Amino acid sequence: MTAKISYDDVEVGTELPAQSFPVTRATLVRYAGASGDFNPIHWNEKFAKEVGLPDVIAHGMFTMAEAARVVTDWAGDPAAVAEYGVRFTKPVVVPNDDQGAVIEVSGKVAAKLDDEARTVRVDLTATSAGQKVLGMSRAVVRLA
Amino acid sequence: MALDQSFVGRTYPPTEPYEVGREKIREFAEAIGDPNPVYTDTEAAKALGHPDVIAPPTFVFAITFKAAGQVVEDPQLGLDYSRVVHGDQKFTYTRPVRAGDRLTVTSTIETIKSLAGNDILDVRGEVYDEAGEHVVTAVTKLVARAADEEA
Repeated sequence: MTAKISYDDVEVGTELPAQSFPVTRATLVRYAGASGDFNPIHWNEKFAKEVGLPDVIAHGMFTMAEAARVVTDWAGDPAAVAEYGVRFTKPVVVPNDDQGAVIEVSGKVAAKLDDEARTVRVDLTATSAGQKVLGMSRAVVRLA
Repeated sequence: MALDQSFVGRTYPPTEPYEVGREKIREFAEAIGDPNPVYTDTEAAKALGHPDVIAPPTFVFAITFKAAGQVVEDPQLGLDYSRVVHGDQKFTYTRPVRAGDRLTVTSTIETIKSLAGNDILDVRGEVYDEAGEHVVTAVTKLVARAADEEA
C-alpha cells in the first residue's frame, strides 16, 4: 500500500479535491446487478411510492461508494483506507429523466491521529439536491 | 414488540467461502464509475504493492450483507424484514479484498436497542480469508421501523 500523499504534507483543515457524481436510473440498475441488491425501491417507481418514498432512491451503499472515491482518489491507493463509516441520513432521490441526480462530495482532514502509524481522519460531506445524505461520514487513512 | 435481548452476542456459523472474481470486481468498479486501474489492471495493482487487483472499499458489503441474512431471517429472532432500513455502515480493514480471495463471514449480533418502538440491531461481520487471516470487519446497523398500527 502506497498512499501518494505524505502525512507530513497535510494538516488539520487540509481539503480534499471535491467531486460531483451523477446518478441516473441506469446507474442504479447497473449497481443493483453488480452489488446483488435488487430491492425494488432502487428501480421501481410504483413500488417506491407505495412504500412512502418520493420516488426511486439510490442504494445507500452506492452513495457510500461514491463518497469513498474522494478519499481513494486523494490517497492514491484505496488500500490506504483503514476505516470507513457512514450514517444514512437522507435518501438520494433519482428522477426518471436524462439528468437523474448528483451527489456532491467534499472532504477535509479533521484530525491527525497517530504520528507513528501516519494516520489521519478525513470527514466527508455528501449532499444531493441541497440535502445532506450522509452523516458521520468518516475515514481513517494511512498516509505515506 | 421489542426484540429479545438474549440474542445479543449470538454468533452464527461461518458462511461458505465466497470466491472474489476479477471480473466481479471490474463490474463493481464500473457500476460505481470508478476508473482507478488498481481495480482492473494487475500491473497497476502490483505497482502499488498488491499481489493482484483489489476491490473498492465498499465491495465487501455484498458478501457481509448476504451473511447478515442469517440474522435477519432467523425465525427465532423474529425481525420483520419488510420494515428494515440500513442505518449505518462501518468497515475496518486489515487489508483490501483482492481477486482470488476465498472469504468467509462470521456474523454476530453486537447490540439490540429499542427506541421509540423501533428495533435497532448492530450486526458485526468478521471476514476472513482462506488462510484464516482477518481481512475486514463490517458493522451494519439495521433499523426495523415500528409497525404503524400496533403501537
